[in-house]
Amino acid sequence: MITLTVNGKAHRLDVPEDMPLLWALRDELELPGTKFGCGVAQCGACTVHVDGVAVRSCATPVGSLEAGAKITTIEAIGATAQGKALQKAWLEVDVMQCGYCQAGQIMSAAALLQATPKPIDDDIDAAMEGNLCRCATYKRIREAIKSAAGMALTDTREA
Amino acid sequence: MDDASFKPSRRLFLASGMAASGALVVGFGFDAVAANEGATRLGDYVAIAPDGTVTIRAKNPEIGQGIKTMLPMLIAEEMDVAWEQVRIETAPADEKRFGAQFAGGSMSTPMNYEPMRRVGAATRAVLVEAAAAALKKPVNELTVEAGVVHHKATGASIGYRKLVSAAAKLKLPDPASVTLKPDSAFTIIGKSKGGYDSPAIVAGKPIFGIDVVVPGMKYAVFVKPPVYGAKLKSANIDVIKALKGITHVFTLQGSGDFHSLQDGVAIVADKWWYARAARDQLEVVWDDAVGAPHDSATYAAKAKELAKTKGASVASNGDADAALSKATKKIEAWFETPFLAHVPMEPQNCTAKVTADGVEIWAPTQAPAWGRPHVAKALGIAEDKITIHMIRCGGGFGRRLENDYMVEAAAIAQKAGVPVKLIWTREDDVAYDYFRPGNYHRFEAAIDGGKITAYKARAVTFARDGKVAQGAGIGPHDFVPLISENYALEQHLIETLIPTGYLRAPSSNALGFVHECFLDEIAGALNKDPFTLRQEIVEAAIASPRPVKDGERGASYQPKRLKAVLETLRTRSGWDAAKSGNGIGYGVATYFSHRGYFAEVAKVKVDDDGNWKVLKVWVVGDVGRTIINPTGAANQVEGSVMDGIGEMMSEITFDKGRAVQSNFQDIPMIRMSQAPHIDLHFELSDNGPTGLGEPALPPVIPAVCNAIFAATGVRVRKLPLLPETLSKAART
Ligand code: FES
Ligand code: FES
Repeated sequence: MITLTVNGKAHRLDVPEDMPLLWALRDELELPGTKFGCGVAQCGACTVHVDGVAVRSCATPVGSLEAGAKITTIEAIGATAQGKALQKAWLEVDVMQCGYCQAGQIMSAAALLQATPKPIDDDIDAAMEGNLCRCATYKRIREAIKSAAGMALTDTREA
Repeated sequence: MDDASFKPSRRLFLASGMAASGALVVGFGFDAVAANEGATRLGDYVAIAPDGTVTIRAKNPEIGQGIKTMLPMLIAEEMDVAWEQVRIETAPADEKRFGAQFAGGSMSTPMNYEPMRRVGAATRAVLVEAAAAALKKPVNELTVEAGVVHHKATGASIGYRKLVSAAAKLKLPDPASVTLKPDSAFTIIGKSKGGYDSPAIVAGKPIFGIDVVVPGMKYAVFVKPPVYGAKLKSANIDVIKALKGITHVFTLQGSGDFHSLQDGVAIVADKWWYARAARDQLEVVWDDAVGAPHDSATYAAKAKELAKTKGASVASNGDADAALSKATKKIEAWFETPFLAHVPMEPQNCTAKVTADGVEIWAPTQAPAWGRPHVAKALGIAEDKITIHMIRCGGGFGRRLENDYMVEAAAIAQKAGVPVKLIWTREDDVAYDYFRPGNYHRFEAAIDGGKITAYKARAVTFARDGKVAQGAGIGPHDFVPLISENYALEQHLIETLIPTGYLRAPSSNALGFVHECFLDEIAGALNKDPFTLRQEIVEAAIASPRPVKDGERGASYQPKRLKAVLETLRTRSGWDAAKSGNGIGYGVATYFSHRGYFAEVAKVKVDDDGNWKVLKVWVVGDVGRTIINPTGAANQVEGSVMDGIGEMMSEITFDKGRAVQSNFQDIPMIRMSQAPHIDLHFELSDNGPTGLGEPALPPVIPAVCNAIFAATGVRVRKLPLLPETLSKAART
């Protein structure tokens, strides 16, 4: 038996220790907002927070989690101030194309803002580099993060 | 898809005369939010609920191109309802009622812009007719605002929600007969509307194919040979059956049809992870000898040999060979483009349920109707017994025009006797892709007296069963005939086993690169500004329009539209003041594809190690007089530009018929820090609106390559663009 605390609720699961957190969330706990993109920690679609830190749930076996680790998924990120601001900004900037990567993007962005409330462009590059967007909505993701942080939307990188 | 195949249907997709009163428009299975009880239907597209909510159906698959938001905007505009009242639902896959339902070729806009507006206007007409009866006023004295019909003179008014049951009893007018609004009266078209599904997406709601849940379903993986066409010899099925969570393990036999079922082993489990984990224990033996001759190195060597000889003529005029033999100056170049994988962000998946009554399928697909006959054949079930629900796709890029995963899900569900959700791994998605085919080009041009007296392009591309493979067509190219009066376009084919298909801006995504880069080399030989050369070519085309054969690719090409685009781009990009050198470079390119006229300037930076970065791209495009949803349109262009840059970073190579690369660790994609600044401008011209999924992509690749030359002096003739080819040491 594995105990997982997800979005403030404890769950007991009869699953093998090597089951990736991603599949425990999606198929066992019916939280499909976290997405499968590569399975090998290369795309960020599966990003969740473990104790506030962004991790790739596809490469995190449930057995490797510390007892009592607090997991937050996209379904509950709106309950945090940063998460709520990001969701709003994502809609205002109209970031989405297909939208499949965006749960992971928002989770990485939320971890960024929790650590760095006013990120500069280099911070955004560093925090978001692991999140692929195949539709390439990067310009808008950058703007939405700044909007959520209450910053000017201007891209200050070399042009 | 060429212009000849583009014939907007005369049928206007409205069940005229049919008004099913009181029918519910309900969403499918898992989409509980879609239930809209008590709504009354007006035709196939619209239902109005007692609370005034207007449900509008979007007829085409959503793959991230924004069609689910955009098509209903057209209907809502002509209906005179407020956008806030609109609820959108994806239509069932039913081409008899909805006409063509696919996402491809940037065709949804040109094919549906007017028909969808006519649907809206016809729906408005019955509602106004009902209002005339209710208010006892003549129709021509009534106006509509935000779903409320007004009689201005008396101040009387009544809402659509109160009129809908009466309107449902009236005969919908023939959509062809209704009058459409003048553009000046638009209140929705031309105003940015955020993606309709976006609130659900940011909240992590289940709306993608991979999120579909059907009661009682199991989960599956399907293990196919890594070499297309290989045969299954044996598999340790009994071992797999005994593993945790596994419910069924069996083999399926391929049909031999390239678009349908291949040999493979299905592993079905209670939860997907069990099937995926069991797969690691699967020992399967394939007879994959068919793959032996299909190596990237062999292809390249073969292409070089073939290119020495004359190929089949695709297009020609005058005598290019004669002009080349007497030219004072000749240039030539050899270009190569690689095979590419589509890798949409959401791996292929599909859910299917097979009962005695038929098959029900939930598919993230770009073309449901193309999958249906394959499912019918593979399962031995009549096509009309197959229901397909179009589910939002996590990207398409042309990959989901193929429905192989749909057939697999249905066949596995049939054999297992339970509903099944099949999910491919990313490694499956790469290994079983219908790749963008690579190609090779030998170019020659003759220069005499400051003019281009010959242009010769010999392409080596791929064939399947003796015919040009999917995505391997080369033209007739739209620009070649404009460059010189003596031209020849030839093609050689190499038979390939590798499945190929259409990748966003098919053919153009490679042809734009090779032709527009070679044109820059010509500009160099002419000692001419490459921007000016392009403008001169367009001027010449306007002065003496070339004869266009009916149905020829690019038959609708109007050079004056490109002229305006180029003029604006020259100013906006500050081309004349731009200074290249010392690792900074500017380059220009243009391309006409999918009815869109695009020209782009790229600014790049290359360091001493050859690491390159696109700093900024200026984009000017003409897609007609109306930008229907400006935010969505800009998003498509931004995405196309960055996607094009991303295509310059990766390749798929083959070893004995199998793809060498397998996942994102060896398929680099464009990432956040590499995304350039983009300056976008739409040049409005008096033409009908056309699509934006593709045409902004082809020019960016050559614009970047030409900028690289300006920065480094290195001509880019081969992709992917590797730093070692641009390093200080490599520059001569
Ligand atoms: S699915 Fe986890 S990083 Fe890609
Ligand atoms: S929006 Fe499609 S992958 Fe990011």
